Amino acid sequence: MDYNATELMACVASRILKGGESVLVGTGLPILATMLAQRLHSPNLLVFFEAGGIGPRIPMIPISVGDSRTVHKAVMAASMDYVMSCAQLGFIDFGFLGAAQIDPYGNLNTTVIGPHSNPKTRLPGSGGANDVGSLCRRTIILMHHERRRFVEKLDFLTTPGYLTGPGARERAGLPLRTGPYRVITQLGVMGFDSCSKRMKLISIHPGATVDDVVENTGFEIILPDEISETEPPTEVELRLLREEIDPVGIVIG
Amino acid sequence: MKLIEGGRAELLGWHDPDEQREWIRMNKSLALKDKRTSLKEAVSKFLKDGDYVASGGFGHVRVSMASIYEITRQKRRNLTFAAKTAVHDIDILIAAGCVDKVEVAYSFGHELRGLSPAGRRAVEGGKVKVLSEISNAGFQWRFKAAAMGLPFLPTRVMLGTDTLRFSSAKVVEDPFSGKPICLLPACYPDFVFIHVHRCDKYGNAQIDGITVEDSELARAARRLILTTEQVVDEEEIRREPNRTIIPFYLVNAVCEVPYGSHPCNMPGLYYSDEEHMAEWLTLSRTEEGVQEYLDRYVFSVDDFSEYIELVGGEKKMDYLRRLEAVEAPLKAPWVRRG
Repeated sequence: MDYNATELMACVASRILKGGESVLVGTGLPILATMLAQRLHSPNLLVFFEAGGIGPRIPMIPISVGDSRTVHKAVMAASMDYVMSCAQLGFIDFGFLGAAQIDPYGNLNTTVIGPHSNPKTRLPGSGGANDVGSLCRRTIILMHHERRRFVEKLDFLTTPGYLTGPGARERAGLPLRTGPYRVITQLGVMGFDSCSKRMKLISIHPGATVDDVVENTGFEIILPDEISETEPPTEVELRLLREEIDPVGIVIG
Repeated sequence: MKLIEGGRAELLGWHDPDEQREWIRMNKSLALKDKRTSLKEAVSKFLKDGDYVASGGFGHVRVSMASIYEITRQKRRNLTFAAKTAVHDIDILIAAGCVDKVEVAYSFGHELRGLSPAGRRAVEGGKVKVLSEISNAGFQWRFKAAAMGLPFLPTRVMLGTDTLRFSSAKVVEDPFSGKPICLLPACYPDFVFIHVHRCDKYGNAQIDGITVEDSELARAARRLILTTEQVVDEEEIRREPNRTIIPFYLVNAVCEVPYGSHPCNMPGLYYSDEEHMAEWLTLSRTEEGVQEYLDRYVFSVDDFSEYIELVGGEKKMDYLRRLEAVEAPLKAPWVRRG
């Protein structure tokens, strides 16, 4: 069955959520993955939205991170202070992030390309990303795999990954046992080496090769002996995505 | 407390807590008085050029767009904007030349709809300066510190990042845990406008759905105007006092503006108008387009009710009501399907 990269990434992300109890989401791909996880294997996955929605039964994809869909039949319509405090308290397992640039330690840039005072491209900024990357237990990063995006050095470090390596988050004062967990791109799934905290390849998607990943990564990525192949989306996953979760094609196109 | 690191950005909107207490004593009235006025008068009276300004709501949700259009119509200048996930609001103000400095958590984007052509053009061309970076929780907690009358609030966000280095926060060693902790300075905006579902003539206001950070922002504001879908009887407020999010003594003016958040989403009442958003996103690709939009929807009308007629009147609002109730299909021309 044919599928596009967005659909594949949504399916891969939804499988990672299995076993998690709670997730902090924005909108876009993360919400597709979350809605899919709830329908397939994690009906009780508790969803937090940063602007205040807690535990909604999401009827359709929200367009804005705080729109009415984020509190549809929710258990609570709270505030940003409330949700972010819950994250700071340690209630949230997973958080989703996207970025224009990522470095080997999973640090992210969503602020600016070029110098801050004289930007080549001005991006929206942290938004809730720094908060998600600081406070959630494990973050899942969804982005496009390109050499100019996977860089040794970021133009601006918006959101913390493992900063400069082992122990750096703790030294900076970030909560213990937090940090980036997976990076999902159109080519494969990456994780982080438990000793060096540098990015390593875990699986490649159908049709992609290890060489594709290496060529599109602007830093040295760890290639373990065993690299698996990502399971393609199932018919059930695709049907749910296309017919129930995003029938208008807002995210999946 | 040992100072570990300090952000280098200019500290915006901060006051010594004793100075703020004195300011409140001198300027905020505890009198129950009728504060109803037109939005034109309220903006003209309470907003000064050069003010540090913050808007209630979040992203494209429950933003007082009526205030945005009024500020634009009055051609206010040199405003500094708190871009605490500011999207359509700041985009219009930047495009119209009202805002030239920004403290950014999230801006220059339109969430799922893509980046903002007008906002990006202004920053990349040097017309608008980003004075400071912060995160969403960081902004929220700056307002919370202000709402509590404290000089700062300790938090565990922004640590170790350029977001902190380009902010006005400081990192110190927490005297209790010994760990580094980020201190976010209080933020008291000069002028705040918040759109609410209902309030009485004194300004006792209720909000349906998420409150985002408006409870804190209302206390942090030096001057606060409310736009409201509806002015209701005082007894309606007093019947359910647990529902009051903003009490009257924080409020300077009450302006009744039905549909005052259009084209944004007003939870429970109307969904965002994606056809109108698409029109703005297309027109704002060029300066001529920006001018065309502003001439058509802002400068050619006297007030917000005339604007609502222009964007489709009751027929459009009826569709947005059904869309909000998930009873009508979404029309979003910016979707690139296929």
